[in-house]
Amino acid sequence: MNPLFDIAVAVARVAVFFAFVFGLVVVMTWVERKGAAYIQDRRGPNRARILGLTLGGVFHPLADALKFLFKEDFIPDGAHRLFYQLAPMFALAPAIMTMAVVPFGPPVTIAGKTIALQIADLNVGILYLFAVSGMAVYGVVLAGWSSNSKYPLLGGLRSSAQMISYEVSMGLSVMGILMVFQSVRLSEIALGQGELLYGILPKWGVFVQPLGFVLFLTALYAEANRTPFDLPEGESELVAGYHLEYASFKFSMFMMAEYIHMVVGAAVVSTLFFGGWQFPYLADKGFAFPGGISVAVPAAAVLILRIGSFVGKTLFFCWLYVWVRWTVPRFRYDQVMRLGWKVMLPLSLLNIFVTGLVLLFIDKGGF
Amino acid sequence: MTIGVKKVARPEQMSFGESLYLLEIMKGLAVTMGHFLHNIAHNKEIPTIEYPEVRRTMPARFRGCHRLMKRPDGSPRCVACYMCATACPAKCITIVAGESPDPAVEKYPVRFDIDMLRCVFCGQCVEACPCDAIRMDTGWHTPPEDTREKLIYMIDKLLEK
Amino acid sequence: MELILFILFGAIAVGGAIMVVTRRHPMASALYLILTLFAVAALFALRQAHFLAAIQVIVYAGAVVVLFIFVIMLVNVPENKLPMERVTGMRLLGVVAAGLLILESAVLARKFAMPAGSTADAGSVQAVGRALFTDYLLAFEITSVLLLSAVIGAIALAKKKI
Repeated sequence: MNPLFDIAVAVARVAVFFAFVFGLVVVMTWVERKGAAYIQDRRGPNRARILGLTLGGVFHPLADALKFLFKEDFIPDGAHRLFYQLAPMFALAPAIMTMAVVPFGPPVTIAGKTIALQIADLNVGILYLFAVSGMAVYGVVLAGWSSNSKYPLLGGLRSSAQMISYEVSMGLSVMGILMVFQSVRLSEIALGQGELLYGILPKWGVFVQPLGFVLFLTALYAEANRTPFDLPEGESELVAGYHLEYASFKFSMFMMAEYIHMVVGAAVVSTLFFGGWQFPYLADKGFAFPGGISVAVPAAAVLILRIGSFVGKTLFFCWLYVWVRWTVPRFRYDQVMRLGWKVMLPLSLLNIFVTGLVLLFIDKGGF
Repeated sequence: MTIGVKKVARPEQMSFGESLYLLEIMKGLAVTMGHFLHNIAHNKEIPTIEYPEVRRTMPARFRGCHRLMKRPDGSPRCVACYMCATACPAKCITIVAGESPDPAVEKYPVRFDIDMLRCVFCGQCVEACPCDAIRMDTGWHTPPEDTREKLIYMIDKLLEK
Repeated sequence: MELILFILFGAIAVGGAIMVVTRRHPMASALYLILTLFAVAALFALRQAHFLAAIQVIVYAGAVVVLFIFVIMLVNVPENKLPMERVTGMRLLGVVAAGLLILESAVLARKFAMPAGSTADAGSVQAVGRALFTDYLLAFEITSVLLLSAVIGAIALAKKKI
């Protein structure tokens, strides 16, 4: 095979996943506003129109983007100019980097070559994810500090404390999954979830690690600064928190970073705990239901079903972010810290301990 | 006991299920999802009024912007008696009287200005008027303007409403 | 290719480290420290120690430097009140000592050469885990006891009434 083919494949993978994530980011800003409106018995955005069509306000993200582009880009007096301009980049870059290790489909064979539908199948997979998403805190902290203003500073302080606290329980809560599937590669974890548990249930992470799932999801919300953990930008006490002094495209970079965190977080949850691209009871050749019934499905349809399943799960978890945001009120700061250190951390340690016991004594060598 | 200090009953002890918090979040999610689905299914029932196209009907006694009434021949009904300016608690009405060309009428207002920025919409001027010359039944809030001068309504503007 | 990358990341690491000590603003120093840590992580990755690289970024860049920045933010010295650094005899001696240290380590490195080229999975999660829990078990356990005592000591110092 010529190297040109490899390069083309690599570029195509990056392009497809970028398009998927950024497209979803744009759609999510609309879903957030419309979903919020419908949950609160309002109509939501419905004014922006192209050729007289409003289509329920789907053109609002376009209008937003144009507005962000053409607004004045100012730097407040007394702000540290260099760090002030660096902060949005520090926020956005790690968010974009996290999407590299998520597998969005099974390996495909094209022209005799096996191609993983994943930008990079690193052998430290999930650790890379933690390493990069841990960098996201710098954007928030730098923005808060360099704005030379009280509220952003408070927001930055809060977020750095919160993100470090929840990073600990996030890492520990996923440890159970690594123990069950005996790998840190996301592609192998997704592959391992294709088996059946006791012949009935698909061996998804959520069924073997229910506590781990709840802890991971909670920590993910805290990491992405989403309600009920959005204290760094609590508008009732901090106006807008760390991005208070930002306007125009720099603000939109913070906004994009938050939504990319949401989308990638949703993709990671569905990969770790909901089988990733695995479709329930769908093997390589076709459906194989527990009762011994099997339905043959052509290979192309299997592929489409699997990618569709991944996209569907990701969409569901994206919606869950919105749904939770407009349901649960924001926690108080001491409550967040108490939950992080006194509840989540012991529970995730307990989860690891129990998983270890079960693996050691009941299922020798994995489920 | 100090005046103004009130004992408030603290919420009673939470049950085990409530203190787990997760079940309660599930219940909350069910409530919001119920609203969401209901609003999607019954889109027309959302109580939002699409403002510029659809207007809320004001109650009959709503006190909106003022207008001055006209006689059948088109001249203002006002006789410049200063009753409304006297009654006004915000002192927002300025009247300059002049002798009326009509022999049946003694005076007419040369100037009749209402400063909409000072008006408190109390309706005292309407109550005070002996000739029913001023009314507040246009059904309009004061529309926004970009200068203060535009919000001092002169007699022409008041008459044309 | 590997040599070029090694020289590149090594230069970034050394340059970043020099910037850490020479910058006047503490926040700039902290950011250069992150750069240095990343470059070192890249060097680990070049030696196929991906696990170490990831842990380096998670622990040092992701947590330790955040705490540094936390302190910098809390203290928040205005720019005009930052202390002026002056060149003193002590500092010059320090530079000389650092030069001697580099020389010494260069001599040592020539004497005890690292085994050339490492196997692909020497730095993998499984290999590091196995080494940690078999060959280096005693050291691992002693380190955990040390960390535990540090945590208890911190609580004892911070909390007046236990």
